[in-house]
Amino acid sequence: MEYNFQWAKMFSGEPAQWMWEGFNTTLQISAIALVGAMLLGIFICLMRMTPFKPLQWFALAYTEFFRNTPLLVQIFFWYNASHFVIPEGINEWMNDLYYWFPGPFAAFGHDFVGEWVLFNVELITGVIALTVYTSAFIAEEIRAGIFSIPKNQLEASRAVGLSFLQGYRYVILPQALRIVIPPLISQALNLIKNSSLCMVIGVTEMMFQATQIESYHAIPFEAFSVALMIYLAISLVVSFCITMYNKHFMIQVMY
Amino acid sequence: MHWDIVIDNFDYFLWGQTKFDLVFPFIHDVGGMLSAVIMAVLGIFGAFWIGMAAGLMRLSKKWWLKIPAVAYIEMVRGMPLLLLIFWFFFLAPVLIGQSLPAFSTTVFCFMIFTGAYVGEIVRAGVLALPKGQLEAARGSGLSQTQAMRFVILPQALRNMIPSFVNQFVSLTKDTSLASILGVSELTRTGVQVDNREMVASFEVWITIAGLYFLLCYILTSYSRRLEAQLSRYQARDR
Repeated sequence: MEYNFQWAKMFSGEPAQWMWEGFNTTLQISAIALVGAMLLGIFICLMRMTPFKPLQWFALAYTEFFRNTPLLVQIFFWYNASHFVIPEGINEWMNDLYYWFPGPFAAFGHDFVGEWVLFNVELITGVIALTVYTSAFIAEEIRAGIFSIPKNQLEASRAVGLSFLQGYRYVILPQALRIVIPPLISQALNLIKNSSLCMVIGVTEMMFQATQIESYHAIPFEAFSVALMIYLAISLVVSFCITMYNKHFMIQVMY
Repeated sequence: MHWDIVIDNFDYFLWGQTKFDLVFPFIHDVGGMLSAVIMAVLGIFGAFWIGMAAGLMRLSKKWWLKIPAVAYIEMVRGMPLLLLIFWFFFLAPVLIGQSLPAFSTTVFCFMIFTGAYVGEIVRAGVLALPKGQLEAARGSGLSQTQAMRFVILPQALRNMIPSFVNQFVSLTKDTSLASILGVSELTRTGVQVDNREMVASFEVWITIAGLYFLLCYILTSYSRRLEAQLSRYQARDR
């Protein structure tokens, strides 16, 4: 079988435009989900560390469940079966949703179209799934970071006369955050890679656009190669940043 | 609620339409959770050898061994598995002139993908050993290869077992991606039953998630137990 490479087709006209749109959507869903997952993850981690037992059990069950089920199954769950979990009013609102953010607006003497993020039910369910899945991992990373600081440091800071919160604020957290940040960044990278799974429910991100180009223009190998290069570029840049960060800051951690 | 639908299809979730007979692989039309487990086991088996080679090559001092290993590990770790599967699915016809069946494609991609992560585990496992171990082995007259073979690897491999089990868990979760290419496995059976019955989405997906959870959680707890046991017998610096 002879395969006819047509790389030029990839970089002009419709394929290039679709790829660019897909790239934007990938970044958008990753950014929204990352912010959500950080907040939710910190919240779950706090729950896990409260002295109140039922909250601890809930947080433990949450992290264990979402870490041990595949993201794909979770996406299918949120897309097909969420109406049993999400209240009916919100669910109907989500299904009717078709809203460009921020919408048309005028600034600096120009009229902007404002069609940057298309909020529809697919994007929202995809973001929910990514947020919940990643938050379980983030909660675990933060907890591991805090527990990696020996307990006697807190005891010592209490003995020096700091209060419990001050001990955390001035002694534990400054060290723990340094340890936590590189794994958190690699979680963010995983999130960007995992966002490719959202294509199964029809979020128009980069993988979806690559399959779209494959079926409309019959250039499968080129389409997927370009998508692969973009993902690779994102993660190589970020992992280079992590390495630089480690070189500069990890030396200062002492314990 | 329609839990009866789940109960009726539960055997389908577990082993799909698996048939046993006397023709070579002896097992045909594997599906359901059985298929997920088979894919994960095949994948981790291949990934172990690929990862071992890549990890040791990355530790080597010769640049012509080191650079390919670094390129392989960093590239594979930087791309989503789904993209790798699709890419390879369309690369195979270009390379070998005919398209591969979806099952072989995905299993091969699992090996390549997990191999890179196992390579990092191998490297970390070897680097975590105290430096004196290698020096003492070299000092007692073993060559570099012999020192690796008889002193470093036996210890490093044992310390790597927990991370290895974790990687197996994450591969088990990743087998769900095979359903996108149409391989019959647990997620695929879920999609099929959900689309056929239409009223039992919640029950079906909770069941599928529960089955995956059961599989992965048992392995995760096992790896935690192993970690606690093994950490007592580790060679340490201090």
